[in-house]
Amino acid sequence: MDFTPVIDNFDLYLEGLWTTVRLVFFALVFGFVLAVPFAIMRTSKNPAVNGPVWAFTYFFRGTPLLVQMFLVYYGLGQMQFMIELSQQPAFEFLQDAYWYALFAFTLNTAAYTTEIFRGAILGTPYGEVEAARACGMSKVQIYRRVILPSAFRRALPAYSNEVIFMLHGSAIASVITIVDLLGAARIINSRYFTPYEAFISVGVLYFCITFALIGGFKLLENRWFAHLRPREETTAKRKTKVSQAA
Amino acid sequence: MDELFQRLPFILEGSLITISVSLVSAAVAIVLGLITATAKLSRSRLAKGIAGVYTTVIRGVPDLVLMLLIFFGGQLLVNYIALEWFGYEDYIDVNAFIAGTLTIGFIFGAYMGETFRGAILAVPVGLLEAGYAYGMSRQQVFFRILIPQMMRHALPGIGNNWLVLMKTTALVAVIGLNEMVFRAGQAGGSTREPFVYYLVVALLFLLFTTVSIWGLRWAEKRYSVGVRTA
Repeated sequence: MDFTPVIDNFDLYLEGLWTTVRLVFFALVFGFVLAVPFAIMRTSKNPAVNGPVWAFTYFFRGTPLLVQMFLVYYGLGQMQFMIELSQQPAFEFLQDAYWYALFAFTLNTAAYTTEIFRGAILGTPYGEVEAARACGMSKVQIYRRVILPSAFRRALPAYSNEVIFMLHGSAIASVITIVDLLGAARIINSRYFTPYEAFISVGVLYFCITFALIGGFKLLENRWFAHLRPREETTAKRKTKVSQAA
Repeated sequence: MDELFQRLPFILEGSLITISVSLVSAAVAIVLGLITATAKLSRSRLAKGIAGVYTTVIRGVPDLVLMLLIFFGGQLLVNYIALEWFGYEDYIDVNAFIAGTLTIGFIFGAYMGETFRGAILAVPVGLLEAGYAYGMSRQQVFFRILIPQMMRHALPGIGNNWLVLMKTTALVAVIGLNEMVFRAGQAGGSTREPFVYYLVVALLFLLFTTVSIWGLRWAEKRYSVGVRTA
């Protein structure tokens, strides 16, 4: 194997890396922003509120991300009004495939995140809600101060999986001509016909990002779940203190 | 609308390919998963190490990267072997169906392995010991006792993997297998109405997942016969 084409074109990989990072980051941020109200709606007992969100998550979780991206990019992007819109100077950015991918990814991750948050909200111990109500908090205050903070904490392990899933899912952006990490590898492969070098090097990059993210989430979990850590350490310390005092 | 009905059989034919890709790769994944789980639970350090590397690599790398690597890399490898070892000079095309099912099976084998490992650990050792006490061989205990007993614990995991796997098969359209996503692209291109055809395919995927969920519920009930709950 000869990795010189990869090394010579490393700036292409860096450019791809930057695109992947931007794509995943913004999809996650927008998805998160959508998911919070959706999750609250999804826990509503009123079918008129709950139903549409259920349909949304059912559709986006039940169909492949690739098909969703095609629906947005080829389907929406080639509709007459979109073509006309993208020809206007203010909307020229709509000719770039990046925005379609970002839109599809956002909706996809919003659907998954909604269901994760829904589970976390439903897992709130009811006593906490009752206590908040007894303190005279309004519904909004209860959500803001009690339910959501503890729900986010409980959702963290599942959410970290969703982040990894989005990172891996974002590789399909290369199918619609976006030069993300995998897009860079595909260019190298078609230019030099070196599939092993191109795809193995990009696989290693994805691998490193994945495990860096997993490590980061572990740190966060340790911080947020500090109160749930096994007590042995602290009790052991206390015992030695007691014995010293005695 | 007429055009859609004309092309519907074409798409539906593609959906059969999607289903067969899913079934074949699921079979590959289950076999690989059983091997991985036994390797992880074995006493051999080497087997444990290989299985560990396998599951870690799969979890770290996107499926499309692996698929392209196996498709393009496999093509190169097959042609190299054919030329160097057998002196075969014609160009061999790697079948997209085979490359696709092998890749998806290979990916989901890792996830199935984790599922099976957990499920095997949930089977009481006493049941296996009872099997040995009856004079069954290791294979007999494995197939007659371990697999039926662990299935109940493994089914929810297998179900989740199956649902994700089915959606992953859409990726084989990228390497040119004419399953339904690929066909929707063709039909959408020639009618200039891609939205309609991709929507049809999306709804077909929804149908498949919905039917699968029903089937899985039935299977879970079937394998939990005899388990009493409060």
